[in-house]
Amino acid sequence: MLGKTAGGLYWMFRSLERAENTARLIEAGFRIALTRSTTAEAEWQSVISTLAAQQAYEAIYDSYDSSQVVNFLLRERTNPSSVLSIIKSARDNARLVRTALTTEVWCAVNETWMLFTDLLKDEVPQTELPAVLATIRQQSGLVRGALHGTMLRNDIYDFCRLGTFVERMDNTARIVDVKYYSLLPAPSFVGSHLDNVQWETILRSVSAHRSFRWAVEEDFTAPAIAEFLILDRRMPRSLAFSAGQIVKSLSHMAEEYGTRYASHEMADALRTLLLKPDIHSIFDEGLHQFVNEVIDSTASLAQQIEIDYRFTG
Amino acid sequence: MIKDIAHFSEMHDSNGKPRGPYVHYDDWFDKQNNERFAKKSQEAEAFFRRTGITFNVYGQQDAEERLIPFDLVPRIISSREWTKLSKGIEQRIRALNAFLHDIYNRQEILRAGVIPIDLIAQNDAFLPQMMDFSPPGNIYTHIVGTDIVRTGEDDFFVLEDNARTPSGVSYMLENRETMLQMFPELFSAIPVQPVSDYPKNLRRSLEASAPRGCKGRPCVAILTPGIHNSAYYEHSFLADQMGVELVEGHDLRVVDGHIAMRTTKGYRTIDVLYRRVDDEYLDPLTFNPESMLGVPGVMDVYRAGNITIANAPGTGVADDKAVYSYIPEIIKFYTGEPAILKNVETRRCSDPQQLKYVLDNLADLVVKEVHGSGGYGMLVGPAASKKELSEFAEKLRARPNNYIAQPTLSLSTVPIFTDSGLAPRHVDLRPFALVSPNGVNITPGGLTRVALKEGSLVVNSSQGGGTKDTWVLED
Repeated sequence: MLGKTAGGLYWMFRSLERAENTARLIEAGFRIALTRSTTAEAEWQSVISTLAAQQAYEAIYDSYDSSQVVNFLLRERTNPSSVLSIIKSARDNARLVRTALTTEVWCAVNETWMLFTDLLKDEVPQTELPAVLATIRQQSGLVRGALHGTMLRNDIYDFCRLGTFVERMDNTARIVDVKYYSLLPAPSFVGSHLDNVQWETILRSVSAHRSFRWAVEEDFTAPAIAEFLILDRRMPRSLAFSAGQIVKSLSHMAEEYGTRYASHEMADALRTLLLKPDIHSIFDEGLHQFVNEVIDSTASLAQQIEIDYRFTG
Repeated sequence: MIKDIAHFSEMHDSNGKPRGPYVHYDDWFDKQNNERFAKKSQEAEAFFRRTGITFNVYGQQDAEERLIPFDLVPRIISSREWTKLSKGIEQRIRALNAFLHDIYNRQEILRAGVIPIDLIAQNDAFLPQMMDFSPPGNIYTHIVGTDIVRTGEDDFFVLEDNARTPSGVSYMLENRETMLQMFPELFSAIPVQPVSDYPKNLRRSLEASAPRGCKGRPCVAILTPGIHNSAYYEHSFLADQMGVELVEGHDLRVVDGHIAMRTTKGYRTIDVLYRRVDDEYLDPLTFNPESMLGVPGVMDVYRAGNITIANAPGTGVADDKAVYSYIPEIIKFYTGEPAILKNVETRRCSDPQQLKYVLDNLADLVVKEVHGSGGYGMLVGPAASKKELSEFAEKLRARPNNYIAQPTLSLSTVPIFTDSGLAPRHVDLRPFALVSPNGVNITPGGLTRVALKEGSLVVNSSQGGGTKDTWVLED
């Protein structure tokens, strides 16, 4: 496979994952804005900072008003991470790697792009927002389903999966990072109104507000939520799960190519880092430092993958 | 307005009866209802959009990708008509390759005085870098898309040879696929020669053209300028159908005297490069130094015989419109036979007498740039306003060498499906031929382009033309 093609596949799936994550963050923020309007502004600010978009945002706006933020995240052309920009970029990458995709996967991406070019043509009114956000997740599921159902399990598939989980790892880590203070075990705040709001938002932004209740037989507590997001390998958006998937894809490739690279060692180290028995050892080390270490290691790993598999000349 | 001249209708004769090749189709069509047909037409468009069968239009930001409108009524050619066409095309292509080899080696045709030296010496498409070099099998143009027009029962003319980098073959294949999906019953009732072997034949033909020193199965790749090129869809489609890599200049470099592509496992040698990048951009070391689309050093590798480039650099010298006017002489010179397919009578404006004639009769002529393509920069006299005519006359006087003129041909018509039923529109035909040391292979059919506007003679997709599936019937 061409190095460029590997890069195109990887970035195509990073983009699709990012669009889906952005939709989740908007959904969680929007809910707060509806139900607890006093904290909405702060919540939007943290959504923007989770997406590392402060600079681009503040270049246009000077307040964190709901409809502005939503418009910025969904369809602002100057925002390279807006859903519209990113789906365009996913589709451009899909065109670039068209020969590596099955017709089903290509059509799913192309349709997604056509659909959103149309859906996001004008500003989305509040009444339409839930439906638009649901469509983003639905389309994302369609592409993923086409990938699972029709693609050969070879290196092409592995690069797609790598893109998905590198992006997901980064996203979940950023959510934890931006909200880490509310996840610290501070007894005096337990049960306070503010914490409950924060916890619910965090869980919603990874679509885990329901699964948490099923998976963890415990009430909402900061350590239980932090453990669920960071260490729980049953949870498909947790850091440990994502690291496991990255290691799995890279191992397939090592087998297929007969070569292990630096990225393999780095991925193994990242997974080991997340193989803690429980959350308390992380609290001891410092949650903030720990999550930052994960973010940095993920970024270095991502760079190393690009080098090892020759994405660029 | 176009003058009202009688046009040859391919579907119906002057009594309104279907011509031979259309008898069965006409019978079937009479039983269709318009609404169902209109619905099929929308389905076809949705299918093209979803699968991304689009082309990019230069200079239009918002409507970056467009569909080429597809008309559901096929253009049908009898097996007898096709036999003549394909013989004529093969003869022409053999002559073109012989001509190119001669021009870049002994230049006997110039010494014999059959064509003027200026035609080559002052031709921008002539590449001195190709002198005294013979590609494998002496083949320069491997992939050809000859443009043919029809004016009567037995009157076929070649309009252009398109020997450089013809496009449109993906539409030939997709149009057929679409028709098979929309009207399967037609294909079980009417025996149509298949076109679907084209990708397989293309790959075989390219592999057969590999350098002599190539060991094992030759590695073929398609070189594209990238996703913003107007024909990108076709490039990726062909790579996909052939099962070969689609590369860009920055994927390639010279490794140990060969061209190699950067793969996830390291560099891999390419033996045959089907390039869809123009000569000028092919090698920044030899041609345009600004080019980011090519591969530095590819010409050296080529001349050393370590890669086949299809079509060969410098092929354009055989398909500009001034050389075109000499093709009958060229065919005679190399094959000893008269041309099977006629040329359109062509006046070279470089000749002062001809220029005068052209200026005097501008309103009746079609004037084209010698190196132009895609319907850009041409004048269709009968459809032009007085102002357009006088502006074009100025251009002609300023650069006469740049133009040729042809009579306005009364192109044949084939009906298209409109809201009010069938309506005749003008068509042309571009069959696709493959050339390798093993011979010439012409796919039965090709791309029929159709001018969708009533009375219009311009079929180019960039100028609002559409396409049709083209059927060649079995014997």
